[in-house]
Amino acid sequence: MLTMTTAETSTMSREIRLTDALQTDLKETARKLRVEVIKMLAKAGSGHPGGSLGMADIFASLYFGGWLRHDPKNPLWEGRDRLVLSNGHICPILYASLAARGYFPAEWMASLRQVDAHLQGHPAMHKTPGVELSTGSLGHGVCGAVGMALALRADGGDRRVYCLTGDGELQEGLPWEGFMSAAHYKLDNLTVIVDRNDAQIDGKTTDIMNIEPLGDKFRAWGFHTIAINGHDFSQIFAALNEAERTKGKPTCIVAITQMGKGVSYMEKEGYKWHGKTPNAELAAVALKELGA
Amino acid sequence: MKATRDAFGAALLELGKENPNVVALTADLGESVKTGEFARAFPQRFFQMGIAEANMTDVAAGMATCGKIPFATTFAMFGTGRAWESVRNTVGYPHLNVKIACTHSGLSVGEDGASHQMLEDVALMRVIPGMTVVVPCDYPSAFAATKAVAAWKGPVYLRLGRPAVKIVYEKECPFTIGKGNLLREGGDIAIVANGPLVAFALEAADELAKQGIKASVADFHTVKPLDTELLLALANKCKRIVTAEEHNVIGGLGGAVSEALAKLRPTPVRFVGTQDTFGESGKPADLWKKYGLDATGILKACKELL
Ligand SMILES: Cc1ncc(C[n+]2csc(CCOP(=O)(O)OP(=O)(O)O)c2C)c(N)n1
Repeated sequence: MLTMTTAETSTMSREIRLTDALQTDLKETARKLRVEVIKMLAKAGSGHPGGSLGMADIFASLYFGGWLRHDPKNPLWEGRDRLVLSNGHICPILYASLAARGYFPAEWMASLRQVDAHLQGHPAMHKTPGVELSTGSLGHGVCGAVGMALALRADGGDRRVYCLTGDGELQEGLPWEGFMSAAHYKLDNLTVIVDRNDAQIDGKTTDIMNIEPLGDKFRAWGFHTIAINGHDFSQIFAALNEAERTKGKPTCIVAITQMGKGVSYMEKEGYKWHGKTPNAELAAVALKELGA
Repeated sequence: MKATRDAFGAALLELGKENPNVVALTADLGESVKTGEFARAFPQRFFQMGIAEANMTDVAAGMATCGKIPFATTFAMFGTGRAWESVRNTVGYPHLNVKIACTHSGLSVGEDGASHQMLEDVALMRVIPGMTVVVPCDYPSAFAATKAVAAWKGPVYLRLGRPAVKIVYEKECPFTIGKGNLLREGGDIAIVANGPLVAFALEAADELAKQGIKASVADFHTVKPLDTELLLALANKCKRIVTAEEHNVIGGLGGAVSEALAKLRPTPVRFVGTQDTFGESGKPADLWKKYGLDATGILKACKELL
């Protein structure tokens, strides 16, 4: 079992400071999450390691850095913030995070993607506690997140929606419609985080169907837009704090990440590891590199 | 054992050589849907459209107005689901010569789970006026189907699968769009199947034969236009029909057969397919078993009628 520490969160002020101690903790947490991702996928024999590893630092920050106000013992607690994984295929990193936070027993991870399993190949909200919306077909999660942000704001309070999306996913029309409506409704309780790894299934996003200039597109829609290194905790925290302070418009954090981060052969081969699992031998190499 | 999507890729490559008007489009799934060989052989006639299936479908329609024969390829979920209204209004309504060729249909997508297991596509495509719907059962018939679909004038939905499946047509493989293939003749019950369920239907018929029950088995690879002549002959002869498909029992082959029989010759029918439910993650064989889409499931349905 993983044991992990949580940052102190104040509901009064939504400014979270990244202390040196917290940064050290989060690095270790992200490492452990990556280990779980590799173990889970090697066992399952199919699934998506590249994006899961690439987003591990952001997941560590959101779930263990005090950003998500939630209660794993009461997953449907009304006061919680929401996280929607619109790029649902990277759910191994979500499952590793939820398991480590105690949403469900760690053993569930061993049956990922098998018949009758709690953990589906793509997130299923009626099967896995902590999953806020069933996703997997790209694009829908963004629009669902807009709906949550609208509903939560209408009910009052300061609950926030974090929506994660892939960069290839942004080639779909649906997210464009979602972003337009988020800006139109001035949803300052919505933070979109784009996994800008320049990788998708058939190749580099830039080669398959270019989405640049991405920051300009978000600014044109009416988002407050921040580009960061998605593996730098101080930049992640600075951006999340900036999103909290931004009023009257939604925020988009374009997180530049590396597919397969933490496993050298995946980092090198990039998009080829979007949806391929390592065999036993390569999994052992990965686990060794991750210090498991 | 070979996958129908591999047959599609091989036939598409041949079509590329035979007909310069054949073009292919894909939505970030080129290798999965097996357009890779075509793309490498004919880079000028291959179009990577990114993850944007509705756009891909409309773009294919535009190409068809200029005399091309576009194969718009992706997973069944996205080509018929995400892009449904493009298929309906920009392909179907103007009756354009677009081939919606989709792999990864049905439960046998496997581990990716319910969000990717398309079990409603035959229904969605079948309701579009003028649409032809083809569901081949194995490698040889998927190869022949791809060729036939290219030669057919008008919009077609070609439904293909992900996993390797048993070969039904070991020797010859007659394939005419709109004509079912009678694979076995018996007078007690008729099993009308398509896709991977054809092989299971033959297995079930073997089992029935051991019990002294003679079953007809027909491959209804074309759901629309349905071979009503063969269907009526089977109904007249066997008086009981079981349909079997990797699809929801609502709206697919079972639906098409019932609609036809209600008019031609009311006949008791049982339906093998997913029983109005979503799928889940798992190995294809585990899922077929759990959801009753195998020889055991077909036998059970036959027993209900006998
Ligand atoms: C609507 C839709 N079309 C196609 C797919 C198949 N698919 C799954 S992941 C993926 C690529 C996603 O790329 P990206 O968003 O960049 O994610 P990453 O590769 O970085 O993990 C595709 C095409 C899908 N899940 N949904």
